[in-house]
Amino acid sequence: MSPATRHHILSVLVENKPGVLARVSGLFARRGFNIFSLAVAPTDDPTRSRITIVVDVESAPLEQITKQLDKLINVLQIDELAPIDAVERELMIVTVTVSPESKPELLSLTEEYSGAVLDESGDRITVSLGGTPEALDAFTSRMGAAVVAYQRTGRIALPRIN
Amino acid sequence: MKTNGGAALIKALELEGVDVIFGLPGGAILPVYDPIIDSPIRHILVRHEQGAGHMAEGYAHATGRPGVAMVTSGPAATNIITPLADAYMDSVPMVVITGQVGTAGIGTDAFQEVDTVGITRSVTKHNELVTNAADIPRIVREAFHIATTGRPGPVLIDIPKDLVDPTNPNSALDWYWPDSVDLAGYKPRLDGDPALIKDAAQLIIAAERPVIYAGGGILKARAAESLLALAELLDIPVVTTLMARGTMPDDHPLCLGMPGMHGNYTAVTAMQESDLLIALGSRFDDRVTGKLDAFAANAKIIHVDIDPAELGKVRRPDVGITGDCRLVINELITALKQIGAPEVQPDRSSWKSTISGWQEKYPLAYVQSEPGDLLKPQYVLEQLRDNTPDDCIVASGVGQHQMWTAQYWKFNHPYTWINSGGLGTMGFAVPAAIGAKVGRPDRMVWAVDGDGCFQMTAQELVTAAAERIPVKIAILNNAYLGMVRQWQEMFYEERYSEVYLSPDLPDYKMWAESMGCVGMRVEAPEDVLPAIQRANEVDDRPVVIDFRTDAREKVFPMVPAGKSNSDIVVGPEDER
Repeated sequence: MSPATRHHILSVLVENKPGVLARVSGLFARRGFNIFSLAVAPTDDPTRSRITIVVDVESAPLEQITKQLDKLINVLQIDELAPIDAVERELMIVTVTVSPESKPELLSLTEEYSGAVLDESGDRITVSLGGTPEALDAFTSRMGAAVVAYQRTGRIALPRIN
Repeated sequence: MKTNGGAALIKALELEGVDVIFGLPGGAILPVYDPIIDSPIRHILVRHEQGAGHMAEGYAHATGRPGVAMVTSGPAATNIITPLADAYMDSVPMVVITGQVGTAGIGTDAFQEVDTVGITRSVTKHNELVTNAADIPRIVREAFHIATTGRPGPVLIDIPKDLVDPTNPNSALDWYWPDSVDLAGYKPRLDGDPALIKDAAQLIIAAERPVIYAGGGILKARAAESLLALAELLDIPVVTTLMARGTMPDDHPLCLGMPGMHGNYTAVTAMQESDLLIALGSRFDDRVTGKLDAFAANAKIIHVDIDPAELGKVRRPDVGITGDCRLVINELITALKQIGAPEVQPDRSSWKSTISGWQEKYPLAYVQSEPGDLLKPQYVLEQLRDNTPDDCIVASGVGQHQMWTAQYWKFNHPYTWINSGGLGTMGFAVPAAIGAKVGRPDRMVWAVDGDGCFQMTAQELVTAAAERIPVKIAILNNAYLGMVRQWQEMFYEERYSEVYLSPDLPDYKMWAESMGCVGMRVEAPEDVLPAIQRANEVDDRPVVIDFRTDAREKVFPMVPAGKSNSDIVVGPEDER
């Protein structure tokens, strides 16, 4: 299986209470399910949080993962988002080494990704970029050895409106 | 009405109908123990917190009502984790209240502080750390709701000391009692999907070799009568798992008894050879299925469970129905009648005669002891079974004695068999029997225990003696950790490693007497019955009988671990 088909996105609406993230992550650990990435933040309703979990379904059938999650009292709703039915974004901040020749290319790419320069010193520059996970993958591979370090948020997603 | 968290907690428990709390006080829970003095709730002071948890479980098993245990923080909370895990595995409704250090102390490594909700998260159906005294009535109400509905299970409430201490302003609240519970993330489905019920009915009516695989969920759903009606409607044989012994009377001709690793030949083989397994409140446990891909390979599966996560967890069902067993079975009966049951059904006479052939050929059997030899454990159990009331409640620990009891007892009533099935907790029997007797004082309660198990929790007989709870304990004392010994004999070339316990150390009779019980020792077959009769007459204190049994005796039949159920070993003569 390619990584794309092995990975499924679960958008999990939970009560915004202490310990809820621990319940969710603890369940994954206890049942031997693998988390590929995880992002969590409050929603428009401050009593609710949304956890976006990318799961590696080679570790367990997705159905069993969602059924076990659903048993947690603080879990309110689980949507399985097939990539085709979802809009997804991920944020990355990345530090790269640049030369006077390569800097314009980096800046134009940053603009292309609606990114911004966050920091700059000597031959290093740190930019933030938002995009689909695949686009961020493409960016880092294009930068190649110039990448000094990067940090990604893990993806967030919502169902498509239609 | 102004009140405080401690008083509110006790009042909330009273309103939930709690009549007994099993517990042991300590620093953080101390303020709650003051209002208990004035409450009609009976408190039973245990000698170890594990005992409190297993007593609450025994109470719940016997009555169907949630058991309640209350202990302090830190080591008390960790001591009750085994009962929580046990109740979680066996779906036992239980509410455990733990004290916690004061709110300001949490996270500071305060005296007797542990992260109780963190530690117990994976062994409870739900748990909650109270952060505000005003939440106490609501959280208690929710805890009982969660523990007793859907798939039952243990719920833990962890309460910081300042929230229950009337001298602390943090404990102040205005009393209220929620009319109902509404949890957005918890809505168990009770009735079955009508389309799936129809599909299941079609499979049942067409099956030539059907078997009902009845699990503990039948008991939790109070569905024993419905099960009987379904089985009798189409004359379908029923196996009752370790957790379901008694759901179908053992003396009923359709009851095949226990399946699994130590199940009888007919129950195991009928499942193996069936073309339709109707799994009702059972969960395809590894001890039932044996080697999974060889389990009932030609059977279609109907699986009914109130927990949707059980459907397809182990074996993919052809029809999986989420719902309460009692409601779904009743719906199935209606659907079957609509399609012509019982008149319309294939000729199942050859299946029936095959089954009765197995029953005749492979009954449970053992060889009686020679004069002068130690007792056969099966003989002791037969004597106990035949000389106690039909509705006697029997609890057991874990190991050989548990399997022999499950095999040799005749369970003719639901809720008469109490054991630790999923977790396999040694030491369960004594406290569970005490809890059962507290819940059902009208019933005779025996515990069948092993000598290894007995030593783990025997101190609770002090509790029973002090509280005048007349349980009776039969120790099948073979001086070994018997089941481990059996495996070492069969699978480790008789290399016995760390399994010998000695029959006389401790002196069980003397130990029993020192705990305020009647103590007896029985070594000869002719003394078994008189000892049982004498024990049955004692009703003011516990009784312990030390039965000296033969350590060479092994539990058969047996499906060796990892083997197919078709490789069942019927008896010692059948071993390779």
